[in-house]
Amino acid sequence: MGSGKEKTVKLPEEGRPSFEGISSGTQSQFRKGLAKLLRNKMAVFGGILILGYVVTAIFAPILYPGNPSAPNLMRSLERPSWEHPLGTDELGRSILGRIIYGSRVSLMISLGVVSVGLLIGVPLGLISGYYGGKVDFVLQRITDMLLAFPGFLLALALVAILGVGINNTVISIGISMVPIYIRLVRGCVLSVREQVYVEAAIAVGTPDLRIIRRHILPNVMVPIIVQTSLGMGTAILFAAGLGFLGIGVQPPTPEWGAMLGSGRGYIFNSPHVATFPGLAIFLAVLGFNLLGDGLRDALDPRSKI
Amino acid sequence: MNGDHLLSIRNLRVRFRVYEGVAAAVDGVDFFVEKGETLGLVGESGCGKSVTAMSILRLLPSPPAELEGEIRFQGKNLLELPQDELRKIRGGAISMIFQEPMTSLNPLLTIGEQISEAIVLHQGVSRQEAWDRAVEMLARVQIPSPEARAKDYPHKLSGGMRQRAMIAMALSCNPNLLLADEPTTALDVTIQAQIMDLMERLREEIGASIILITHNLGLIAEMAREVVVMYAGKVVEEAPVRELFSEPLHPYTQGLLGSVPVIGRKFKMEKKRLQEIPGIVPSIFEMPKGCRFHPRCNRVMDVCRFEEPPMVEMGQRRRVLCWLWA
Repeated sequence: MGSGKEKTVKLPEEGRPSFEGISSGTQSQFRKGLAKLLRNKMAVFGGILILGYVVTAIFAPILYPGNPSAPNLMRSLERPSWEHPLGTDELGRSILGRIIYGSRVSLMISLGVVSVGLLIGVPLGLISGYYGGKVDFVLQRITDMLLAFPGFLLALALVAILGVGINNTVISIGISMVPIYIRLVRGCVLSVREQVYVEAAIAVGTPDLRIIRRHILPNVMVPIIVQTSLGMGTAILFAAGLGFLGIGVQPPTPEWGAMLGSGRGYIFNSPHVATFPGLAIFLAVLGFNLLGDGLRDALDPRSKI
Repeated sequence: MNGDHLLSIRNLRVRFRVYEGVAAAVDGVDFFVEKGETLGLVGESGCGKSVTAMSILRLLPSPPAELEGEIRFQGKNLLELPQDELRKIRGGAISMIFQEPMTSLNPLLTIGEQISEAIVLHQGVSRQEAWDRAVEMLARVQIPSPEARAKDYPHKLSGGMRQRAMIAMALSCNPNLLLADEPTTALDVTIQAQIMDLMERLREEIGASIILITHNLGLIAEMAREVVVMYAGKVVEEAPVRELFSEPLHPYTQGLLGSVPVIGRKFKMEKKRLQEIPGIVPSIFEMPKGCRFHPRCNRVMDVCRFEEPPMVEMGQRRRVLCWLWA
């Protein structure tokens, strides 16, 4: 340890031993978790990557003043140069500029996707786990059905139904993530539900909704947070996959997957067209995954130190 | 006379329909509790004590639990009460203290928040007023510096302190009946005594009745006025506490009392070992025919093996379920 942040241990009152149980989530616990996260080099690396993307997305117009979608056919497929550090694509647009603006699109999509997943999946998971019985049975069988499809295939099928475009991309990938959240939250609720404090809350006459909100949801937050970070990475990957296939975000909007897709044809003569967007996708997904893993290690109350 | 009882349970049956079969955890239990008295409910693990207590507040998840019979509390049958009325009684007129103080508080809410939650629900006061009452209750259960402790999270408190906090929560709405399900089992002996003193004092102050569920006969001797002994889902004996200890009628009760070590009694000199009841509680799916206790009974007769024993009334609140007295 030796980070100097730990407080000195206070002796409990009356000199009685105080049993530090499997408690979690108090403010000092949160600080402890953060300290642990910062000690994890991989997680910090992931965090820096994501921070980099976020800054890039916010300051995109400053970082690349031009229009990333305006074609300049005179200068198509140029190799990296001072003017275009990552070269140009087949329409003569700066790849760097498109990657910079593409980070906006990708981050927005992944935020939208996890929001859809959280907003639908978490409540359904809570209901399914808390009430059990027939409600649970029906919800879980639907979840089983959705989980039987590979996630990407499900998103693909939904796009086929809903049509292309940025909104439909978000909805499709979001829905494909819903069953993951339902399963995750339900599982956690099942174990929290059996806790005596939930029984105690029922025994003092707390209404169901209040028990779910005050006693259950806060106690299942940690896995939800971890899954959300990992889900952001997956969402970027899925969105890029749809873009690559040409059924995601439509040109001329700069989107990494679509860039990768259009660069595919020039992979032997102008490999930079496909390489750099691919690298952007790779680093973003890596960042979210490393951060997610770090969060899991830092917040898991069972793992000590 | 029946109307005077605070709580009367009549022919309560609780069955769990599970994969292995139907488990009759409680099989025709009846007893009553008078206003202001402490009733002890004793028996080995798995005899249906806790299930009986849980059914009073209908805390058992159903399905798989199926409840039958009548639990009359202040004139109402709790088993037929609609959910919203039941919620008013839970934590209001009847409250419960659980066995494990370490896990019966939510780790993410402060002690004060958890106690005031019950007060807000039942007394319709503002959050601030409820908080003040919560602090007052903490002071009443003798928690030092209650204002500071109310802002603490449960992990900062020791087991004894947490159980006090639970008692504060249970008593915060002045219940008429307190269900204490082995309230001191998880605590060490010195703290046990403090907690029991505290409960006894608060019972007198509030005038509540207590159903004390335990397998600790020492506690029963000290706290209870009436005792109900359960075995394998049935009441086998009921007696006022003195009579139960001086003159136990059922062989099971005799066995229970005989298996309590007494400090100072010299077993070695008398060449006598501490008594035990041979065998274990029968499986809930394979209850023995006849008297459920007969395979372990030291005074078993032929009739015990084939026919269920009758409940023999021996006087005012004195009864035994045994062929010996029939």
